[in-house]
Amino acid sequence: MKILVCISKSPDTTSKIAFTEGNTKFDENGVQYIVNPYDEWYALVRALEIKETSGGNVTIITVGAAADEAVIRKALAIGADDAVRIDADPTDAYFTAAQIAAYAKANNFDLVLTGKETINYNGSQVAGMIAEELDVPFISLATKLDVNGATLRLEQEIVGGLQVVEANLPLVVSCAKGMAEQRIPNMRGIMAARTKPLQVVAPIAVDAFTAYESYTLPEAKKAVKLIDPNNMDELVNLLHTEAKVI
Amino acid sequence: MKTLVYINGNHAMSKASFEAVTYAKKLGGDVTVVSSGSADLSKLGEYGASKVMVDKSLENGDAQQITRLVAAASEAIGAEVIVFSHDLVAKAVAPRLSVRLKAGLISGAIALPDTSNGFSVKVNVFSGKAFGSVSVKTAVKIISLLPNSIQPEVTGAPCAVEEFNGNVGSPAIKVIETKIPEGNIPLPEAELVVSAGRGMKGPENWGMIEDLANALGAATACSRPVADIGWRPHHEHVGQTGVAIRPNLYIAVGISGAIQHLAGVNGSKVIVVVNTDTEAPFFKAADYGIVGDAFEVIPKLTEAVKKFKAAH
Ligand SMILES: Cc1cc2nc3c(=O)[nH]c(=O)nc-3n(C[C@H](O)[C@H](O)[C@H](O)COP(=O)(O)OP(=O)(O)OC[C@H]3O[C@@H](n4cnc5c(N)ncnc54)[C@H](O)[C@@H]3O)c2cc1C
Repeated sequence: MKILVCISKSPDTTSKIAFTEGNTKFDENGVQYIVNPYDEWYALVRALEIKETSGGNVTIITVGAAADEAVIRKALAIGADDAVRIDADPTDAYFTAAQIAAYAKANNFDLVLTGKETINYNGSQVAGMIAEELDVPFISLATKLDVNGATLRLEQEIVGGLQVVEANLPLVVSCAKGMAEQRIPNMRGIMAARTKPLQVVAPIAVDAFTAYESYTLPEAKKAVKLIDPNNMDELVNLLHTEAKVI
Repeated sequence: MKTLVYINGNHAMSKASFEAVTYAKKLGGDVTVVSSGSADLSKLGEYGASKVMVDKSLENGDAQQITRLVAAASEAIGAEVIVFSHDLVAKAVAPRLSVRLKAGLISGAIALPDTSNGFSVKVNVFSGKAFGSVSVKTAVKIISLLPNSIQPEVTGAPCAVEEFNGNVGSPAIKVIETKIPEGNIPLPEAELVVSAGRGMKGPENWGMIEDLANALGAATACSRPVADIGWRPHHEHVGQTGVAIRPNLYIAVGISGAIQHLAGVNGSKVIVVVNTDTEAPFFKAADYGIVGDAFEVIPKLTEAVKKFKAAH
């Protein structure tokens, strides 16, 4: 099976979130980039497991600048055979999805995997958009994926619970917790990643649908009001009369 | 202006459905609802819908079929804005629809659009650590509204429900089994949430968390390590790499308040923290704090809630 895993970079989860240029740009000063956790822990690791048991090829793809190759190498260290970087600024979800779909179509991938969302923009948009561009089914927020020939059996999150579904390849799947367990790259993986093929592809011409205009930070919280642990009636009373939430 | 709202008619109408219709009404134009399934939809008129179009042939349709349905309805009424409630159906359908209609999608909207200079909408970004303002460049716009971002408002009377044929085609995905626990409040829609962490010591101690949640009518959630070690199911894991929620009340019991946990819950209107450690970082993000042992505090809180409920 030919599997394409979409990788996005995201700021390390402990990064201080700040903005520059009149709050129009994310402040990258001192920010360490990681592979978006959902892409790495679930999509990439499950792709590798499938390859290990049923054979095939795992390609990583990202839309980004040359500087993002450090993040691609991190993902390659975990596994994957090769990587593709579409040389463009991923301005919005549609632009990004259109680039990946064009590559996937030209190279006949059976299965396209993504994380359920990125932890910076949280859009949950790219996978569904790729599926529509390719005109193939899309299983969102899958927590389990088993291969049975050309048929896949998946478990996915639905409103209020889970459902088990079957679908045929080609397919796009976004991966959520439960799909696989995080893998820590070993020294051999890190060394091998340095020489794995990384192809740079020119973007196709397409216009973004949306743009981030500006950002704001939440207001700082007022100081906490401490309540006597032996006076829970007071807490309930405050939640009712002051906070008005019960 | 014509606004179309997609409502999932496979479930009884939830508060999130009323929020989506209220939001659409507040955009100022005429509101039409498109739906599938067999739920009673006329009530949506009370929140501002002038008409509901329903394709009853489509029960539990897959994302491609629902996309075709919403696209057909959008074309039929000439929609300029399409509104979803940002749930798991919207996450599968709205991106497809965006590509199909060449309509920009804003997911996770938390406010009405600002039209003073173009069309931009406030959304959660960085898993709740910041807000972004996203502008849409396309003629047709799709907005997926985060639950608990606006109060539903009754402004009218029940409306007409018409049959609509969306020509949805056949499903590409076969549903083998559905597992929906009884009486489960979906976490993203819950207004009250009781959440617990490693401070609970073990899964056998969750009874008191559930008792408190039941007394309040709240959903339960947990920190990541608790889900990772299997004390609680994965879908309860909140935070930067779990579910992001914004309930009215979030009660955190025995959770330290790591930055990745706070990211998913700091949109909560009111936060109560119960922790033995005065230095726990969560107290900095809390409105009300109780420095104390959960094993003593939680049963007392549950009693106080029951007393309050009995009196009100
Ligand atoms: C990339 C990445 C992503 C992550 N994503 C998430 C995420 O999405 N969600 C998440 O939750 N975490 C996430 N984490 C983990 C996070 O950093 C913390 O490790 C985690 O939130 C800690 O969980 P906890 O508060 O339950 O446990 P601990 O940090 O062990 O805290 C337990 C708390 O319980 C208190 N306590 C102990 N006994 C009692 C008692 N009897 N009564 C009251 N209080 C008591 C202690 O004082 C302590 O504050 C992530 C980490 C990384 C690196």
